[in-house]
Amino acid sequence: MRLYLKFVAMHLKRSMAYKQSFFMSTLGQFLISFSAFLSMWFLLSRFGTVGGYTLGECMLCAGVTLSGFSLAECFFRGFDRFSGIVKSAGFDRVMLRPRGLMLQVLCDDIEFARLGKLIQSIVMLAWGVARSPVAWTPWRALVLLLMVAGGTVIFAALFILYAALCFFTLEGLEVVNIFTHGMREYGVYPLDVYGGGILKFCTFVIPYALFQYYPLMALLGRTEHWFLGLMPMLTPLFLIPCAALWQIGVRRYKSAGS
Amino acid sequence: MIQVEHLTKSYRVSRRSGGLIKAVAALGKRDTERVVALDDLSFTVSDGEIVGYIGPNGAGKSTTIKILSGILTPDSGECLVDGRVPWRERKRHVARIGVVFGQRSQLWWDVPVIDSFDLLKDIYRVDASRYKKNLDELTGLLDLETLLRTPARQLSLGQRMRCEVAAALLHDPDLLFLDEPTIGLDAVSKLALRKFILERNRARGTTVLLTTHDMQDIEALATRVLLIGRGKLLLDGSFEDVRASLPGTGSLDEMAAALYRRYGV
Repeated sequence: MRLYLKFVAMHLKRSMAYKQSFFMSTLGQFLISFSAFLSMWFLLSRFGTVGGYTLGECMLCAGVTLSGFSLAECFFRGFDRFSGIVKSAGFDRVMLRPRGLMLQVLCDDIEFARLGKLIQSIVMLAWGVARSPVAWTPWRALVLLLMVAGGTVIFAALFILYAALCFFTLEGLEVVNIFTHGMREYGVYPLDVYGGGILKFCTFVIPYALFQYYPLMALLGRTEHWFLGLMPMLTPLFLIPCAALWQIGVRRYKSAGS
Repeated sequence: MIQVEHLTKSYRVSRRSGGLIKAVAALGKRDTERVVALDDLSFTVSDGEIVGYIGPNGAGKSTTIKILSGILTPDSGECLVDGRVPWRERKRHVARIGVVFGQRSQLWWDVPVIDSFDLLKDIYRVDASRYKKNLDELTGLLDLETLLRTPARQLSLGQRMRCEVAAALLHDPDLLFLDEPTIGLDAVSKLALRKFILERNRARGTTVLLTTHDMQDIEALATRVLLIGRGKLLLDGSFEDVRASLPGTGSLDEMAAALYRRYGV
């Protein structure tokens, strides 16, 4: 953890070497993610509800998904850029240091300009909290926190999955982006608006629904099953197959070389 | 002490003809070929030696270094470095070795060199007093005083290489792997670097394994030469022996070329 903080400090120093660029990209990131907000606003002000959800409810859902994504992107960005690290043989350097491989890749890139995005998604979350019909209690606040944390875990696991595939293809497999960046787009609405098939996929294959749909139902009082609020606690299970694939990838790298 | 026995390593290399059409065709099926990088390689290096590891491009030098430093796993064969199998105990192993790749950097590009050093101190868990002692010593010997506060991107190659070498030694490794450390350096920097490596070896008994194409590096540093070609060990002897066996060759480069010709590599 101490080492991680040192790396954070280094990345901060690095960003500060180009101060104007840093502030411009922070602002840029802030504005870019505003589009998600605007499209939702226009759609719902025209049609009133989507799949039975009001604007406030959708905002809450979007805030959770975007916050989870931004947090994961902010801290797990090293995995997102991993194809570059593997191709440029930077992974050799990682292997030469007496620390865990995942920790080092995690530390390889921490982009502070992404804070713009993070701030924006937190604004959206706060607005969703204010506008949603939820009567807030400590229990519901806890569920909300779990949802954001669960979202971070799921997206982080997907970044690791993406990186692990780089060991096999060298190129980053852009198809995985459907599940990361794509989900950021589609996950702003509760998943059941896309139909039962998608919801099943998002429960059993890539379990987005664990941090989004099910706890949201508990939060909005649309279910009797209070324990659905604790579903985000299952998200770390998704890390297991992703981390396993990573391990297989490392073994392959060691036997194939670069 | 490095013991290498019957080390073998081959890679799968994909081959295809040039051109866009062939590139598209290669999407379907790929022709792969096994290329042998190391072929039953055995040698031993004792503590405190400076060994020059030479051979033409593609001979297997870098593969050997990568196996010895735990980055790659060989197909077969044994390898012990100070009692450790590099690829099985990666963390424990790399904490005790220093590696410098002449063509790559481990310094952070945009921040002052001293910040990179501070980070390495934490990566290698060097305690504060030992770090300070090592840093002072390396700063003096490599003349880094003014360089430490400069971002790495603004250093000349010679200055940067001095910093790279210091970076690899901050954690007191017993063993130093140098992969073409003098590539692209001017005469002054080369001489300074060679002098430093010799001093370090004398003062601390650091074992050095050095790959280079610069025969002057070998002449100045190596107490022993290992020649490798097509993955096999071809010659193991002192620099003087090698020189004496090739009378009538003028420059050191001619000598090396004659040596490669003799072994047909």
